[in-house]
Amino acid sequence: MHELSVCMSLLREVERAARGRAVKEIAVAIGPLSGIEPQLLERAFAVARAGTVAERANLVCHEKPVRLACSACGQEVEVPLNALVCPACGDWQVRLCSGDELLLESVTLDVEKEAL
Amino acid sequence: MCEQCGCSVSHEHVRVSDAKGTVSSTPADPHAIAVLTHILRENDELAAHNREHLSAHGVLALNLMSSPGSGKTSLIEATIDAIGGRLRIAVIEGDIETENDAVRIRAKGVPAVQITTGQTCHLDAHMVHEALHALDLSAVDLLFIENVGNLVCPASFDLGQHANVTLLSVTEGDDKPAKYPAMFRISDLVLLAKCDLLPVLDDFDPAKAERHVRALANRAPVMPVSSRRRDTLAPWIAWLDERRSKLPRPSATAHAHHHHAAE
Repeated sequence: MHELSVCMSLLREVERAARGRAVKEIAVAIGPLSGIEPQLLERAFAVARAGTVAERANLVCHEKPVRLACSACGQEVEVPLNALVCPACGDWQVRLCSGDELLLESVTLDVEKEAL
Repeated sequence: MCEQCGCSVSHEHVRVSDAKGTVSSTPADPHAIAVLTHILRENDELAAHNREHLSAHGVLALNLMSSPGSGKTSLIEATIDAIGGRLRIAVIEGDIETENDAVRIRAKGVPAVQITTGQTCHLDAHMVHEALHALDLSAVDLLFIENVGNLVCPASFDLGQHANVTLLSVTEGDDKPAKYPAMFRISDLVLLAKCDLLPVLDDFDPAKAERHVRALANRAPVMPVSSRRRDTLAPWIAWLDERRSKLPRPSATAHAHHHHAAE
């Protein structure tokens, strides 16, 4: 259960982007090969956001599929996370197009709260 | 094809954490700041710093990972004996509690720094950075970083190692690589530990374990080893020597501690 550590890192990146301004929404992209479970990250977030610029923010997790591009046959396909060779031709020289993300995509500021 | 709704488009599934349930903003929201940074950016930057520091001293650093009880410490002990003073070894031990593993390593006359993580299930680059300050790297050729026994969390944290070595003991299931793909996908070497027990275990098939690693598009060597049988360690020792020979030559100038300025 390392999602709390990851959540603390996320909040440091959010604080850096928001520069002290209140945040209403945080969007992250999570792929299953990152080793992070979005549901656990959300639960950790609910606790960790207290006392930060994100204390009233929603966390939006975009769950990314595992997708490969095969350099041998050119196929681009979605695959299960433990079958990472090309399902069409069996080649292992594949490029992961998506699936290992652990990315802070965007931070939306809470302008209504700012105005108060 | 999307498994949840059957559509042919591979779209992502969005989760919103708060019970309010509405996604109030769109990418067009004028108050949305596009960030696109890795969430573990701080850790990754410090890991890169550690790696640079280790390379500058000509130290090959290996991140040893496995389930608890797969024999990481025993393998380090046996490796110290097999190398027999030919290389100067140091060890960083990560455990939730106790100095027991560091005590075992020091009994071999090898410097060991124990990191006790409290309840944390993995090592991170900050902990390793602290531990590196307790070692004289100019007197080290080979550094083993023994991670906390856990096949899940350590996979997410770069420490600054040059390679990941994952132990899978033959008393575990040979399908562990299929169950823990995040870990076995990033392994540069997989050691099938306790291989001396294979004759009495009819349910662990080394070929099957290797097939599960290959299914992750990982071409890393898969080697059976036993800490109790010196003769099984030769391929592992040869792998260590080969990795050491590939290290960039240590620079003559002292490594400067530079820090990445925040934007």
